[in-house]
Amino acid sequence: MTAIQPAPAPAGTAPDEPAVRVRGLVKRYGGRAVVDGVDLEVRRGEVLALLGPNGAGKTTTVEVLEGVRRRDAGEVAVLGRDPATGDRAWRDRIGVVGQTTGAGNALTVRETLDHYARYHATPVPTAELLADVGLSEAAGRRVDKLSGGQRRRLEVALGVQGHPELLFLDEPTTGMDPVARRAFWGLVEGLRDRGTTVLLTTHYLDEAAHLADRVGVITAGRLVEVAAPTELGGELRRVATVRWTEDGATREVGTPAPSALLRDLLAATPAGEVPGLTVTRPGLEDVYLRLVATPEGEPR
Amino acid sequence: MTAPTLPRPAAAPPPAPPSAVTVGLARIGLELRLFVRDAGQVVFSFAYPVIMLVIFASVFGDEEVLPGVGFPQYFLAGIAATGVMLTSFQAVGTAVTEERDRGDLARLQTLGTPPLSYGIGKAGQVVLTTVVQLTVLLAVARLAYDVPLPTEPARWLTFAWVVVLGILAGTVLGIAVAGVVGSARSAGAGIPAFAVVLQFISGVFFIDSDLPGWMDTVAAVFPLRWMVQGMRSVFLPDSAAVAEQAGSWQHGTTALVLAAWVIIGAVVCARTFRWRRGT
Repeated sequence: MTAIQPAPAPAGTAPDEPAVRVRGLVKRYGGRAVVDGVDLEVRRGEVLALLGPNGAGKTTTVEVLEGVRRRDAGEVAVLGRDPATGDRAWRDRIGVVGQTTGAGNALTVRETLDHYARYHATPVPTAELLADVGLSEAAGRRVDKLSGGQRRRLEVALGVQGHPELLFLDEPTTGMDPVARRAFWGLVEGLRDRGTTVLLTTHYLDEAAHLADRVGVITAGRLVEVAAPTELGGELRRVATVRWTEDGATREVGTPAPSALLRDLLAATPAGEVPGLTVTRPGLEDVYLRLVATPEGEPR
Repeated sequence: MTAPTLPRPAAAPPPAPPSAVTVGLARIGLELRLFVRDAGQVVFSFAYPVIMLVIFASVFGDEEVLPGVGFPQYFLAGIAATGVMLTSFQAVGTAVTEERDRGDLARLQTLGTPPLSYGIGKAGQVVLTTVVQLTVLLAVARLAYDVPLPTEPARWLTFAWVVVLGILAGTVLGIAVAGVVGSARSAGAGIPAFAVVLQFISGVFFIDSDLPGWMDTVAAVFPLRWMVQGMRSVFLPDSAAVAEQAGSWQHGTTALVLAAWVIIGAVVCARTFRWRRGT
C-alpha cells in the first residue's frame, strides 16, 4: 500500500463534518420495512463496521448511502451530499466494493483496470494498483480464470481506483482464504492510515474487531448499538460467568463481581482446588449474539 | 515581529471526471474487444446472414422473381435488413439484460457512468460490427452469386441512411426492450422469437406482393418492413418498384417511420433504463 491515498476534500467541505450522516432511514419492500429507522454517523477517517444477521438491512443501508437505492424516508448526507441526487463528481469521491464482480469476464485483469481508469478524474496508475492488491502476477490473466480471492481483490482494486475519500466495502472477504483475508486487512489498514474513511459490512466478528474503530450492530432493520469493538455491549460486557463443578454437576453463575464470588467459593473449599473452575468474560461474539437475539432467545 | 499568517489557499476544486463522450468512446473500445472475444457472437453476427443467402440461393437456384431479378438478388435486400436487426436490436437487447443480471451494470452505476456513455458504447459497437457484417454479405453475394451491386452513388446514399437509421432504431429499441423485460432468460427466449415473427411478416422470406394485405399492414408498424423495402430500392432495378404493395419505394415514409422509432426508442430508454434488476 503505497499509492492509494484519498484525494483531498474539495474546498468548502467542513473538516469536522462526518463523512456519513443518517437520520431515520427507512426502506420498505412490499410494505415490509427492511431498514426501519436507522441513525448512523461515520466520522471522517474512521473504519466503521456494520454487523448483523442476513436480511438485517446492512446491504440495503449501504446501497442507499452509495446512491444506488432509493429510500422511503429519512435524511442522508454522504460527503455532504444527498446520495439520491449525487452527481458524477460526487460519485468519483466514493469507492464501492460490492458483492458481485461486475467486469467483463473476457478481459484480463490489466485490461479491466486500464479500462475503468478512464472513468475517473485521477485514477491510481494500474501498475501501482496491481501491486497494492497483490495482483501483479495475475495481471495478464482473464477475469473468468481468477480464483474467488483474486476476483475479490480485483473488486477492491476497482473500488479504490479513483482515490476515494469514502470507501464502501460490502462483505469484502466472503470467500477468501485466511491468508488472503489477512492480506486484505492489511490493505484496509493502509487505506485507513492514509485517511480514507471506510464503511464495512461483514459477517466476521474477528474482522470487525481487527479492522474497525467502531462497530454498529444492525438487526431487524434497526441499529441497536454503535461502540468500539472492546466496548460493545456495555453492561453485558461487565457480567462475567463463573463455572465450577459441585457434587458432580456443573454450576454456572453470572456476576458483575466475580472476585467476590471466588473469595466465597475458595473459602467454602478448604481442600484448595475447586474442580472445573473457570471465569469467562463475554467476547465480541457473545455480546453480538445477545444483541441480535430475539426476546425468545433465538437468533433472528 | 512575526511573519503574517497567510490564509491557507483553499484546496483547488477536484478535477472533473471525464466527459460522457470520453467515457463513451472508451466503452466502444471495450464493447468491440468483448465482441471479438465472444466467438459465438462473431460467428452468429457475421455468418448467419451469409448462411441465409446460401440457403435461398441453393433452394431457388436460377429462378427469377421478376424479369432479370434472381432470387439471391431479391432476397439480399431482406437478408441485409435482417442482419442489421440482428446486430442491433437482438444483440443489444440480449446483451443489456445479461450485463444487468451479471452485475456489470451495477458496477457502472456505482462508478457514476452516464447512461449516455453506455449507449454510445453499444451504438459504436453495433455500427462497426454491422459494417463488417454487411461487407461480408455483399462480397459473398457479388462474388459467389453474381448479384449485381449498384453503381449509382444515389443508391449507396439510400443504403447508408437506411442502415444508419436501422442501426439507431435497433440499438435504442434493444436497450428499451431490456428495460422492460425482467431477466436475461426471458430476453433470450422472447427477443429472438419476436425477431423471427417480424422477419416473416416483414417480407424477409417472401416476395412482398405475395404477402396478404393485413399482414403488411401489421408489419408496417415496425421498422424491419421499412428497412427491407429500403434495401430493395437499393439492390433491385427501379422497374421492380411495381411489385411493392404500394407500387413505389416509399422513401419518405421509410425515413419517417424509422426516425419515429429512433425517437420512441430513445424516450422509452430514458424512462425505463435500469442498472439493476428490481428497484
